[in-house]
Amino acid sequence: MAEQIGTTPPAARRSLHLRWEWILVCALFGSLVLGRVLSPYFLTSDNISDILAGITELGLIALPMTLVIIAAEIDLSVASVLGLSSALLGVLWQAGLPMPVAIGVACIAGACAGWINGWIVVRMGLPSLAVTIGTMALYRGLAYVLLGSHAVANFPGAYTDFGINDIGASFLPQPFAVLFVAAAAFVLLLHATTFGRAVYAIGTNAVAARFSGLDVARTKLRLFVLSGLLSAVAGVIYTLRFTSARGDNGQGLELSVIAAVLFGGVSIFGGRGSLGGVLLSVLLVGVLRNALTLYDISSDTLTIVTGLLLLSSVLVPNLIARVRAVRDQRALAAAH
Amino acid sequence: MNRPLASDFPPMRLFLLLGEKREVALVAVLVALVLFTGSVRPAFLSTQTLKDVLLNVAIVSLLSAGMTGVMLMRHIDLSVSSTLGLSAYAVGALFVAHPHMPIMVAMGAGIAIGLAAGAINAAMVVFGNVPSLVATLSTLYIYRGADYAWVHGGQVNASNLPTRFAGLGTASLLGVPVLVLIAGAVLVAFSIYLGQFPGGREHYAVGSNPEAARLAGLRVGRRVAIGFVTSGAIAGLAGVLWLARFGTVDASTGTGLELQVVAAAVVGSVAITGGVGTILGATLGALILGVISISLVVLRVSPFWEQAIQGLLIVLAISSDAALARALARRLREKKRHG
Repeated sequence: MAEQIGTTPPAARRSLHLRWEWILVCALFGSLVLGRVLSPYFLTSDNISDILAGITELGLIALPMTLVIIAAEIDLSVASVLGLSSALLGVLWQAGLPMPVAIGVACIAGACAGWINGWIVVRMGLPSLAVTIGTMALYRGLAYVLLGSHAVANFPGAYTDFGINDIGASFLPQPFAVLFVAAAAFVLLLHATTFGRAVYAIGTNAVAARFSGLDVARTKLRLFVLSGLLSAVAGVIYTLRFTSARGDNGQGLELSVIAAVLFGGVSIFGGRGSLGGVLLSVLLVGVLRNALTLYDISSDTLTIVTGLLLLSSVLVPNLIARVRAVRDQRALAAAH
Repeated sequence: MNRPLASDFPPMRLFLLLGEKREVALVAVLVALVLFTGSVRPAFLSTQTLKDVLLNVAIVSLLSAGMTGVMLMRHIDLSVSSTLGLSAYAVGALFVAHPHMPIMVAMGAGIAIGLAAGAINAAMVVFGNVPSLVATLSTLYIYRGADYAWVHGGQVNASNLPTRFAGLGTASLLGVPVLVLIAGAVLVAFSIYLGQFPGGREHYAVGSNPEAARLAGLRVGRRVAIGFVTSGAIAGLAGVLWLARFGTVDASTGTGLELQVVAAAVVGSVAITGGVGTILGATLGALILGVISISLVVLRVSPFWEQAIQGLLIVLAISSDAALARALARRLREKKRHG
């Protein structure tokens, strides 16, 4: 029995995991109360619409990032792909291409960028951390090469309205609909298909997954393509929402995305996590930021909150596990 | 069984030699870069350019030395740029409050701030079991956010600083800028430590195989903590040097620098998977990136290309490192088989 001490049994691990999502629900509720206390404007439909629009890009990129991290990889280049697709959209529109074509090309370019990441990781067998640090600089650099320090802002009204207007008479912003559909598709993909199970299997033990007959390389490649594609979609929405295509759009967003995914209960070592937790965490980040901004705390200072969330997402479960291990040990000693 | 080995062919031999002596390959790349730019624009080959490159690279190479000490043990420290920013502003604010503060005290203060920042990272990684990527990504945010909250839109200007302090960034000793001498001294000392001292060799042992290192009786946690604290202290010192060189600091000082630092280390053949790499390599990596950045200006290429080229270099560097490692492993296997 002695060797069992210190390692968390599977049942306890699952209950811990479930509990993490409840912690998130409570934290979300708490931050809503906090927001109401800090500002009377907080719970108006205009402000809720602002919050939901503000998390569109974060949420869109967090979806594939969740799958990538569950498969025990990481993609740091997402924000650069966002910038690249934004710059590309601007350049193509300026060159006289119709908007639907420009948007299509920008999205395909994003998928290609993701494919390059995946190809290098899978074929060369390199750590994705190193590869995507490189392509993060590369894609951001290409965005600068495309647009320099210019901005393209003269997009047609029909498209920029999409970034601002609400759906019908509701308070749901139109970009949020894109996030909603994408989230539903990803939840199905991860939690209801064999592809999704393969992602967990690969993240838990890639070698075992390969010997079980899973095509690890192809699955990982697809994940990186999805990551690039969704980042590019986020880039298009970002551009329309702010009516501005710039090479430096979304700079630093990759860190917020990873923070949101890990805070959502996804293990950085792969194999564990759910999209439910991640979506809750994205919402929580949006609500907290909005509440504190209404309270007049600058967005630069707010990075402390992101950092603390990220840290606590790993530190708190670790501490709980440690406390539990000590308790189990005591219980065992008492039984003897 | 006298069939010749693939690795006996001359080109393959050269390739493998480069694999064993990576620094030689890096020097070759550096020389090729300088000669190419010099042949297009002869004015490039001047002592002034050399001075510019060294001054530009000094701070990044200092940081990448600290990063190497951490990366050797399969960890990463992304918070260095935020630590640098915090230390630069703090020392600037100290000078505003006490204009007659000795330079040594200023440096001590900067290093102390860096030590504290590094100790927090170390505590989370070693005692909290937080993966270093997550821990230092968090502190990258937290230190920077603390900087913003404290500075609150303020700024320290060169006019607030005593001239003797600004001299660190402008004065020369025997033709070499003082700032470069300080950075060089730290680099040489750390390099000798990693190469020649038991403590330094532990960095390699821990990175090659942490479990084996633990079973061999090494105190892995303590060594990892030392790595983070050293990296923090170096970032603190780099903050003081940054202040001396640029004079103007605000809350955003050094933002994004961590990527250049990781890039320098990776281009310099320091493996992100641990156990492989030297300070000399990382410094050469920083020099290569620095020379490229100045070459682009001299060659009148749009500066917007710089980041794309840097990214491409990182990808090329890690790919060729992996290919070399594979070729070396193949040769070892062949040798074994042929007795």
